[in-house]
Amino acid sequence: MTLQECYAAMGGNYEEVLGRLRSDRLIQKFVLKFMDDGSYQLLLDSMASQNYEDAFRAAHTIKGVCQNLGLTRLLNSSGQLSEALRHGYTPEADSLAEQVGRDYQDTVGAIRAFQASAGI
Amino acid sequence: MKQTRKEKILIVDDSELNRAILADMLGEEYDIVEAENGLEGVGILQKMGTDLSLVLLDIVMPEMDGFGMLDIMHQNHWIDDIPVIMISAESGSSHIERAYELGVTDFIARPFDALIVHRRVVNTILLYAKQKKLVGMVADQIYEKERQGNLMIDILSHIVEFRNGESGLHVLHVRTLTELLLHRLSQKTDRYSLTPAEISIITTASSLHDIGKIAIDENILNKPGRLTDEEFAVMKTHTTVGADMLENLPIHQHDPLVKVAYQICRWHHERYDGRGYPDGLKGDDIPISAQVVALADVYDALTSVRVYKPPFPHDEAVQMILDGKCGTFNPLLLECLQENSEIIRSGLAGSDSQTQRDQREMRNISQEMHRYEELTASERTLQLLEHERMKYSFFAAMTQEIQFEYTASPAMVTISAWGAEKLGLGETVMDPLHNDDVLSLMAPEWTQGLSNALHSTCPDQPVVTYDCQLNLNGEIRWFRIVARATWSADEPARYMGAIGKAIDIHDSRMKLHALEQMASHDTLTGLLNHAYAKKRILERIESRPTGSFALAIFDLDHFKSANDTYGHSFGDHVLTYVAEKLRQSIRDGDIAARVGGDEFLIFLEHKGDVEPVVSRIFEALCGTYEDFTISVSMGIAPTSTAGCDYETLFHAADQALYTVKRGGRGQYRFYDESMKQTLSAISPIDSGGGADTASADQKGEGQT
Repeated sequence: MTLQECYAAMGGNYEEVLGRLRSDRLIQKFVLKFMDDGSYQLLLDSMASQNYEDAFRAAHTIKGVCQNLGLTRLLNSSGQLSEALRHGYTPEADSLAEQVGRDYQDTVGAIRAFQASAGI
Repeated sequence: MKQTRKEKILIVDDSELNRAILADMLGEEYDIVEAENGLEGVGILQKMGTDLSLVLLDIVMPEMDGFGMLDIMHQNHWIDDIPVIMISAESGSSHIERAYELGVTDFIARPFDALIVHRRVVNTILLYAKQKKLVGMVADQIYEKERQGNLMIDILSHIVEFRNGESGLHVLHVRTLTELLLHRLSQKTDRYSLTPAEISIITTASSLHDIGKIAIDENILNKPGRLTDEEFAVMKTHTTVGADMLENLPIHQHDPLVKVAYQICRWHHERYDGRGYPDGLKGDDIPISAQVVALADVYDALTSVRVYKPPFPHDEAVQMILDGKCGTFNPLLLECLQENSEIIRSGLAGSDSQTQRDQREMRNISQEMHRYEELTASERTLQLLEHERMKYSFFAAMTQEIQFEYTASPAMVTISAWGAEKLGLGETVMDPLHNDDVLSLMAPEWTQGLSNALHSTCPDQPVVTYDCQLNLNGEIRWFRIVARATWSADEPARYMGAIGKAIDIHDSRMKLHALEQMASHDTLTGLLNHAYAKKRILERIESRPTGSFALAIFDLDHFKSANDTYGHSFGDHVLTYVAEKLRQSIRDGDIAARVGGDEFLIFLEHKGDVEPVVSRIFEALCGTYEDFTISVSMGIAPTSTAGCDYETLFHAADQALYTVKRGGRGQYRFYDESMKQTLSAISPIDSGGGADTASADQKGEGQT
């Protein structure tokens, strides 16, 4: 699996991110690093404890990271979630959070597959 | 200033991944410092200051967001020297607008392009470096101009003095005095609305007060004897001539310095009562500049040698002026002269006035500049500042001390790394007076007390020593906080914050407490000793002069036989046992002491009849300890019959005790008039320790 194929599997935009970061090496380095980012765990925890201020920040951070890495699919759902939480809890936040969860799992799954095939 | 080291960039973003991407883009050319929220960022700014060349700032972050950090950068004027580029996924125009309003240089929206980030960072840093250099150059130029201007005025006024045959110091003295008097005056009254700028102009212009003398015939100027009326008339014209010279200047006529110089030249011989020359102006019709210079001129003339007179000493000169022997002056100015008298006395010889400080400084700086030819003065200042900062943080890191710096606006405290760890706080804490962590460490009454103490200092005495308790992980310990309040330099001085350190004094304080305890207590029984009990009793009587009290003295019957039969250590056990019984039977406010040997003292306050109380204590004391039967003889003296004098009271109780002993022991009795002539049971009064237990008893027995 190439990095390009990985992006396709994640619903990301490889061309766009290469245009900005200008180096395959950089993209690969940060995509792998994405799995270590604690924001998703923070999102889960703060949604569970109904701390919506932290949940907003976590969703917002995920959105920012996705923007930088061109992870379009997760960017969209986390962006919507952060808007739904910007001024506190709204009813649509729960289903959006689930959507973020599914997209996150897809993204991480694709990165793992890429990692395995590249033997890193 | 050639720099081979890399410039430093601070990246503030809560996502490690985002920071890593930025660091990767910039890390080759710059040193990267990272912070994961605004609060951490503020702490780093506090520490590194202008050592940082740029801040890359996210908006949405925990603890303190980007806008909060910008606010603080604004309040501390850091934003003036350190450019900020904001990077955020927030692309709403209101966010961007707010960021620009708070002084950010640039705004980059996510997702960012590596090339753009890099280019903008480089541009911003270059731009600021250039701007800094330009500001430095302009400041150096202004400084140089000012210096040259002062130099020209000095030369000009010296020429006048040379003709006058004066020492050459007159101009300098008048200038120094003028400045001192004006400063004092501006503190005393708003009547003349003297700003620092105006004071500076008047001070400079004072040098020109006698330029008109250039047109006066040298024979008149330097005539040793008294001037004739005609000669004096000529002499007087130096005021109008000087003024005319300035008025007829082809250029600069409207310059404030020239205007003030005109006032001074023309009117520095006017008198407050209207009897001066040339115009006979009266009171505040005379410009304040001329009034002040006139007084300075007269003072210096008195205290200097003239062809026609020797110098007067300072005190005499001031007295002559106050007595009105040398003209009349504005009473307010006379007050200023008196209030500055000491400074003037010591000042004019080796004075530390602003003028002379400036001159010294100028000399120093020019020497420095020669030594560091490539450095301009303002760069040198920055370097010194950087050097001080480095020195400070080095020493702060080395000492194991809790050091802190508090700024009132924004309310923030920074703590040395070691101290922060010791206290379990962050190195930077916002609004510490309302921070939960701080308040659980230092209870609100302590924090408020410290804050009040610092606020009530003044710029002359800014140091506070404050002992308080801190809760270090559940352990309460005493600390001494020594802090220096920082006050602004302007008038009136404003409270800016404080620097200081906290010292753990718990152990030494506890030791002191233990020593006090030892000095006031009997070592064997733990009761008070006699000397200390007396002190407490006197305090008690004094604090409640109308109260009813009773003093009881008792000893143990046949105590000597206990010592003889069972040995001294058994005797000690009996005494300890009785002391414990005594402690249990008295009430909270009562005082119990071991007077010496087997003699004890009780001091009671009572509302109604005291007898039931005494009886209850007496019963409680009697009993047995092992095989020894404890029987007590007690004499009581109430203040109602024996009076409130301690010695009399004690003596009366003693006599009552003697009466009991003579009557067969094992009882208690109140003092009455009939006992007046009896002997003493305890004599002499002994307040010693437990070593003489046996002999004390013998003494009592012997006299029975």
